[in-house]
Amino acid sequence: MFDDVKYLKFKSYLNTYCPHCRNSFNVERKDQKYLVYKAIYKEQEIELKLSPFLDVFEVESSVPIDINDKLTDLLCPKCKKSLIVEEPVCGECGSPVAEMIITAFSKLIPFFICLNHGCTWHGLTKADQNKIKLKIPRQEMPEQDMKLRAANHTEVPYGYTTELAQLEAGRCLQCKEPKCVKGCPVNIDIPTFIRLITEEKIDEAAKKIKERNVLPAVCGRVCPQESQCEALCILGLRDKPVGIGNLERFVADFERKMDLVKVPIISNKLNKKIAVVGSGPSGLTVAADLVQLGYSVTIFEALHESGGVLVYGIPEFRLPKSIVSFEVDYLKKMGVRVEMNHVIGKTITIDELLQHFNAVFIGVGAGLPVFMNIPGETLGNVFSANEYLTRMNLMKAYKFPEYDTPKPRGNRVVVIGGGNVAMDSARTAIRTGAAEVTIVYRRSRQELPARHEEVRHAEEEGVKFMLLTSPVRYLGTDQAMLKGMECIRMQLGAPDSSGRRRPVPIENSNFIINCDIAVVAIGNSSNPIIFQSAQDIKRNKWGYIEVNPETNETSKEFVYSGGDIVTGSATVIQAMGAGRIAANAMHNKLSAT
Amino acid sequence: MFQIVRKQEMAKGSIIRFDILAPKIAAKVKAGQFVIIRVNETGERIPLTVADKDEFAGIITIIFQVVGKTTALMRSLKEGDTIKDVVGPLGKSAEADKIGTVVMVGGGTGIAILHHVAKAFKESGNYVIGILGSRDQELLILEHEMKAICDELIITTDDGSYGERGFVTQPLKKYLDERYDIKLVYAIGPIIMMKNVCNLTKQYKMPTMVSLNPVMIDGTGMCGGCRVTVDNKTQFCCVDGPDFNGHLVDFDELEKRNSIYLKDEKDSLLFSIR
Repeated sequence: MFDDVKYLKFKSYLNTYCPHCRNSFNVERKDQKYLVYKAIYKEQEIELKLSPFLDVFEVESSVPIDINDKLTDLLCPKCKKSLIVEEPVCGECGSPVAEMIITAFSKLIPFFICLNHGCTWHGLTKADQNKIKLKIPRQEMPEQDMKLRAANHTEVPYGYTTELAQLEAGRCLQCKEPKCVKGCPVNIDIPTFIRLITEEKIDEAAKKIKERNVLPAVCGRVCPQESQCEALCILGLRDKPVGIGNLERFVADFERKMDLVKVPIISNKLNKKIAVVGSGPSGLTVAADLVQLGYSVTIFEALHESGGVLVYGIPEFRLPKSIVSFEVDYLKKMGVRVEMNHVIGKTITIDELLQHFNAVFIGVGAGLPVFMNIPGETLGNVFSANEYLTRMNLMKAYKFPEYDTPKPRGNRVVVIGGGNVAMDSARTAIRTGAAEVTIVYRRSRQELPARHEEVRHAEEEGVKFMLLTSPVRYLGTDQAMLKGMECIRMQLGAPDSSGRRRPVPIENSNFIINCDIAVVAIGNSSNPIIFQSAQDIKRNKWGYIEVNPETNETSKEFVYSGGDIVTGSATVIQAMGAGRIAANAMHNKLSAT
Repeated sequence: MFQIVRKQEMAKGSIIRFDILAPKIAAKVKAGQFVIIRVNETGERIPLTVADKDEFAGIITIIFQVVGKTTALMRSLKEGDTIKDVVGPLGKSAEADKIGTVVMVGGGTGIAILHHVAKAFKESGNYVIGILGSRDQELLILEHEMKAICDELIITTDDGSYGERGFVTQPLKKYLDERYDIKLVYAIGPIIMMKNVCNLTKQYKMPTMVSLNPVMIDGTGMCGGCRVTVDNKTQFCCVDGPDFNGHLVDFDELEKRNSIYLKDEKDSLLFSIR
């Protein structure tokens, strides 16, 4: 019936009263705040002082008390009645407990402390705990000032402090049948890791997450939790859900900053080799899972930096590159080899890989930008989001001319699309000094596929939204540089196959936006390079790889795949989930042969 | 890290030849394919077509003209120095089947690429006619190599200091008028040269292939920066090319797209000098 309630370890101030006479125990002496009781100790009446702050709860007494001794009785200093109750007993040592009344969130509820001096238990009934938990508001992460951050590339949220994290973790109801776990594509044991935070066992919490997710620092930042784990949180029915993503991020950052990351020693080396194509989220997951099982894993990356979309796509202010390189280094320490500058399909083909490796995982991502095929798309300064972000992130064009890749010139930027990539592009443009950044999206605000947080951040930083608008053509100067974009207004019609209302153009509503940079962020399709030399890998009508959904094996034996090259543009964690399925299946298949 | 095993300055030092140790690429590269090079940590990624290879020694040859920051930086490298990243081979290779007589037209540094393609055509048993154009005698490269490959070789210079005076289109027109067995023209060089060659061969309905060199970043189709319009359709030069049917290419657009960053190129060079 009673639980350890260390979760209450936050800086809340206790107002306690006698259950009999309603006398307040709170006293202020010499600028210090105490709860003052009379106690019977070794048949002697003493004065006992407790701190009213739950996170300290230190005991001070007029006579020194032996740490192994119990108080015989605890009395109200006014009515002198005993506070001891028969039920319940201490949840930790079984000693009798004293009852008092506390006000918590404008309610009077019973609260108990153990009479055993060495025991630090103090508790509430489970029902009362939950009442309190429901009253703690969701803790948001402190963020960089919106004016300041629009001019720098450092990360926007600072992350939780330990106090904030414990307060937020205290909100978790520790459901017996947690729904959040079902919402997580890799099924992290969310309640357990949150409980470990409340117990201050943050390193163990990190271990718990890493059982299922090798990239917590990344996922805590870029996962769309509001549509996954947090969407199913029970608290979300009445209030806001627990900040699971923020807590995940806190745990990973704490572990990294405190240097608690331990590289596991892999004892049972198998004489089997795995090739992973692409060092994005799915590839890193496969590599991490299989190297821990004893396989020797080699990752092949086409670019000069590993991390895939985590380094070329997601900007520094949303996911610091140092975190990605830390995670990759961690894999390297476990024994994963990373080969840069290898374009599989060109430098080495899949068939050649199969001669040297027992199995191959393809996690190359979608990686072929989609354009709208409207007139003027080849004008100068019309970019795919991939190119714009690659220039800025991977090639660090915002540091031009220190870095050699030139930054696109222009002050008025339009970004076409409403997803996270569009938000990233727009916010990057703001940071590189664009005077006016506008997102042009053909549906309405409700249908914006980007994370709410990203939309909010973009708006705060000054990005304008031009909704229900679609480009018709680009207008260029004599030098074939972009100078404007003709758009048409849209209205929402009947829902389409995706359940979203389909935008329909309003006739004769064309107008022109003046702009000198356009970024097209409407998605990616399948990149053909790898298949030019591997035509026996079956693909669907969109060019994505067809896999057995239970094993993620392709039509070619010992070749597995996952991530955007199977599903089309999706999220980091979905790619990781696909990687996990493939890694398990690869292990099963290879251990059977 | 990729080591430069041999460096040679050509054409008064304005054109440089590097032999780079890259065994995996050398084993795979075919005529017409290119590599992407990033010289150092702060460098940009530039595409350079492979001019020759030695698969036994594991060496690829690149020849480039010094035009901007990165190429100037590369000129400053010495034998034994290393280049940070070389990735490839990228793009589709030239289809050098045995078809009969082919005319290979090259200009400027384009001759370097042309040399590799011409070699492939010769090796598959074609009769190869070479026409090389250059501003003057000193800027002409790979004359001896081309002489060894081509069954006939004509050289033109703009100022008449060597070979015939004039442009490559003049001897090409003569060949097209006189010979009826020519099956294909391959033109590689400055955009204006390729454009003029295509305008000429269009009149003769002579199939013409060109090799394009737009601005690229990753070279694997990911960024889409190398878009070119071919037959009114957008193509990605890095995955669909770099060789295209010259009669269908929109050269004017390519020329404009390639000049987007000229001012930045200058800024970058000035910055590094300072």
